[in-house]
Amino acid sequence: MANHIDDETIEYVGILAKLELSGEEKEQAKKDMESMLDYVDKLNELDTSGVEPMSHVFPVRNVFREDVVTNGDGSKDTLANAPEAQDNSFVVPRTII
Amino acid sequence: MSILDYTALELGRKIKDGEITAVEATKAALQQIKAVEDQVHGFVSYDEESALKRAEEVQKGIEEGIYAGPLAGVPMAVKDNICTKGYTTTCSSKILENFVPTYSAQAVENLIKEGVIFLGKTNMDEFAMGSTTETSAFGETKNPWDLEKVPGGSSGGSAAAVASNECFMALGSDTGGSIRQPASYCGVTGMKPTYGTVSRYGLIAYGSSLDQIGPIAKNVSDCAALLEVIASHDPKDSTSIERDDYDFTSALVDDVKGMKIGIPKDYFGEGLDPEVKDAVLAAAKVLEEKGAVVEEFDLGLVDYAIPAYYVIAAAEASSNLSRFDGVKYGYRAKDYEGLHNMYKKTRSEGFGAEVKRRIMLGSFVLSSGYYDAYYLKALRTKALIKKEFDKAFETYDMILGPVAPTTAPKLGDSLSDPIKMYLGDIYTISVNLAGLPGISLPCGRDKDGMPIGLQLIGDCFQEKKIIQAAYTFEQTRDYEAPEIAKGGAEA
Amino acid sequence: MKKQYEAVIGLEVHVELATKTKIFCGCSTEFGGAPNTHTCPVCTGMPGSLPVLNKQVVEYAVAVGLAADCEITQNCKFDRKNYFYPDNPQNYQISQLYLPICRNGKVEIDVDGNKKDIRIHEIHMEEDAGKLIHDPWTGDSLVDFNRSGVPLIEIVSEPDMRSADEVIAYLEKLRLIIQYLGASDCKLQEGSMRADVNLSVREEGAEEFGTRTEMKNLNSFKAIKRAIEGEMERQIDLIEAGEEVVQETRRWDDTKGESFAMRSKEDAQDYRYFPDPDLVPVVISDEWIEKIKAAQPEFRDEKKARYKEEYDLPDYDIDIITGSKHLADLFEATIALGSEPKEVSNWLMGETMRLVNESEMELDDVAFAPEHLAKLIEMIKNSEINRKVGKEVFEKIFKENIDPAAYVEEHGLKSMNDEGALRAAIEEIVKNNPKSVEDYKSGKKKAIGFLVGQTMKATQGKADPGIVNKILNEILAQI
Repeated sequence: MANHIDDETIEYVGILAKLELSGEEKEQAKKDMESMLDYVDKLNELDTSGVEPMSHVFPVRNVFREDVVTNGDGSKDTLANAPEAQDNSFVVPRTII
Repeated sequence: MSILDYTALELGRKIKDGEITAVEATKAALQQIKAVEDQVHGFVSYDEESALKRAEEVQKGIEEGIYAGPLAGVPMAVKDNICTKGYTTTCSSKILENFVPTYSAQAVENLIKEGVIFLGKTNMDEFAMGSTTETSAFGETKNPWDLEKVPGGSSGGSAAAVASNECFMALGSDTGGSIRQPASYCGVTGMKPTYGTVSRYGLIAYGSSLDQIGPIAKNVSDCAALLEVIASHDPKDSTSIERDDYDFTSALVDDVKGMKIGIPKDYFGEGLDPEVKDAVLAAAKVLEEKGAVVEEFDLGLVDYAIPAYYVIAAAEASSNLSRFDGVKYGYRAKDYEGLHNMYKKTRSEGFGAEVKRRIMLGSFVLSSGYYDAYYLKALRTKALIKKEFDKAFETYDMILGPVAPTTAPKLGDSLSDPIKMYLGDIYTISVNLAGLPGISLPCGRDKDGMPIGLQLIGDCFQEKKIIQAAYTFEQTRDYEAPEIAKGGAEA
Repeated sequence: MKKQYEAVIGLEVHVELATKTKIFCGCSTEFGGAPNTHTCPVCTGMPGSLPVLNKQVVEYAVAVGLAADCEITQNCKFDRKNYFYPDNPQNYQISQLYLPICRNGKVEIDVDGNKKDIRIHEIHMEEDAGKLIHDPWTGDSLVDFNRSGVPLIEIVSEPDMRSADEVIAYLEKLRLIIQYLGASDCKLQEGSMRADVNLSVREEGAEEFGTRTEMKNLNSFKAIKRAIEGEMERQIDLIEAGEEVVQETRRWDDTKGESFAMRSKEDAQDYRYFPDPDLVPVVISDEWIEKIKAAQPEFRDEKKARYKEEYDLPDYDIDIITGSKHLADLFEATIALGSEPKEVSNWLMGETMRLVNESEMELDDVAFAPEHLAKLIEMIKNSEINRKVGKEVFEKIFKENIDPAAYVEEHGLKSMNDEGALRAAIEEIVKNNPKSVEDYKSGKKKAIGFLVGQTMKATQGKADPGIVNKILNEILAQI
């Protein structure tokens, strides 16, 4: 049951993941993903019906903070690594079309 | 004997007793780094000046009694995916090449309070994705036992740095075996604690539900002592667990009488190198002779751990790594047209091939129409795997097996076939899925002289049991260091 | 015959909760402040940072859910919604998809006496995004994360509304419930309450739903009404022309009175939700729910009944006062200071409403202190000032929140209550106006009004009209 990943799917995943692949990379990515999915399909041998999906290993619950302000002006640290900043803000290419 | 040959605890003791100063120890480590780093390349960066400055401050603090812990004054290294305030933290990725965190990981904060000395940041597979440290954007780390071979990964830099005496101990992180496997390849000891034992705050996430920070050191005692310092309940990490006690060093007892050790038959089948198999079984024999009850048993589902892991880890990674977008920190592409093109160029230029591969896979398995078939299926499989372990621990105090199917492969051999590389994680990965503690320690060498690792896996929160058994085994053999580790300053 | 159409409308209402801190970190939620001052590693998506849930967010969400007749999901979880946008620092938003905190509720609306239930599909907790400001000089956009991580609840209704009036009634109802709970101030203009409108049209009487669109960027009730009417028209025109309505998100431009599709090739609308591994499940016990229930405030209907019973106010007044939680609070606070309820109600219904309408402001923005109204009422009652002066002073209180006692003192507005001086003044006026006195004596009792007026004039309005009347009567009786 070999998986087939077509151009459209790779293109679509590229949009989701915000990755731009060259023609060659795309071919490689298709192959890689196909072989990974073929491998992952091994899971279908297992009957998991009635099994609750397990996100957390331990039954830890209700971890809260109290509603108390603990942080002061963080702007200097926040912007310390900004590739481009102006007026205490991050600069990005125009967002409104 | 050189200062460098001391274990971390031995050095800590000597510093406390005034026989050696923290500054001398730091200078010795720095000298060794300078001597061998060209060959080993265990570090992404190290800072002589700040290490020496800190050593002086700590030495003063030790003399004034501010730092009284057993590891005060000991120079160490930190894996480069663990945030260090004011010091670059790159995840060995171009996308974070210039990232200087304004905060430290909680584990690092705990170490600062203990009074350790930070030498630098160790190399790793990019974003901890890999088993060889070859996916680093800053060049591969080499195995100190054979510079033609990989040190393992992803914490390959930490393991290699400890093995080559560039530092006395190091922090690693383990998502699918990333502490235990390089420790095994480099002939040192590494431990992955129970999930939630060490705060993940400040650990740059790969697979959040699997990641744990842990110690890498020359022996079990150092690992226990280092774990004791870094483990804490952290209110900043919702998955951090408040444990009943943190005195892991109290388990450093040479006694396994009556301990029940299970050996999963499934771990000794096809694919396991015969030399590794013999060494691991010989180690089991040693423990049996020391009074443990050793039995074979069927663990089950072993073959399903890797596919489940890659779905879960890739899915979480695809989301965790979406924050690297050229807006807030790190690399931003130079030429782009508009916002989305900026994102795409930044990420395509900033991430390496393996990271992109996993982000693509993760995005795909979560995408509309595939979530149930892949992601939920993997989470259900995880539940079943956990159940298998629960069942095993009803009978056994711990599980014994190999760390990896082979000793360290040659540089360049693994990357050509990703699935083959992933298969190398078969004995370590399920431990992360089930949140268990595991320790890797040397148990022999193959015909080429490469170290072989022994893995002990405990039930959740049962670190002390595996520490005790590992310590007991360790008493039967001497620490072996590679040739390159010898040198440095005389004690 | 021309076909008749009806709209089928469901709402997604986002409400910013009135917590002091953000949902996952200890940064302040306070409005304003220079860009990025209310930020930390958590709410700016710094690598290695981790979220920890603000307990108050859960309590507010449960309180709103209970007030809207919802079932509380006693084991709820957070999921990540993955999409790239610069106002979203992690490029995923922490939200709830699979197990939202509240489900299956309803609220009753009343449009011109027609009562109707609007069902609530779910309420979930999530984090707000940062703010993007377009820089017209450089052509770039600037990102400010001060709002990033401010807690929101999203209230998703069933498609139960059929007109703009029903939508407005539903929003007003939600707003009142939430304001009464103190869970948010729900100001549309400031963005603390935002509504996205899902709308489709169908032939009247049809069972099937048409294709719906989602309309965003609606920041006033007027805009919502106009957008609904505009979108209905647009969809009907398409259908009548034999074209298809495309399922899409549209942005309403209120100045142009038109909506625009927000589609882009790069928006896949595939959010790849999955449970957030950094957060643990929230388990809400029966005891916790009971505790939140017990702490629920008096809601509008209960308040209305009590005002009738305790204060015997007219229904109309009660309706207006309880129609704004803020006004009701002001009313009760003033009474608590000892003022007579009817008197307070009169000031709110009369002068306050007049000034609110005059200045085109919202009742929620009335900003004077109850102490000042109480003092004013007391001063009038004690004849320290007369009612006319009182109205002048109230306007000052309303506009500038001045202290009436100090203001009256400073401006010499105190009533002339010295009977001796007043009597002398009146005697003088009587002497100078023999004609009016004569008229009065000859039975034209109204003539006394002129004499009172003259007296008020002579005392610059400061005399107490009651005392003036009394003295005048006494003097006139002696003539």
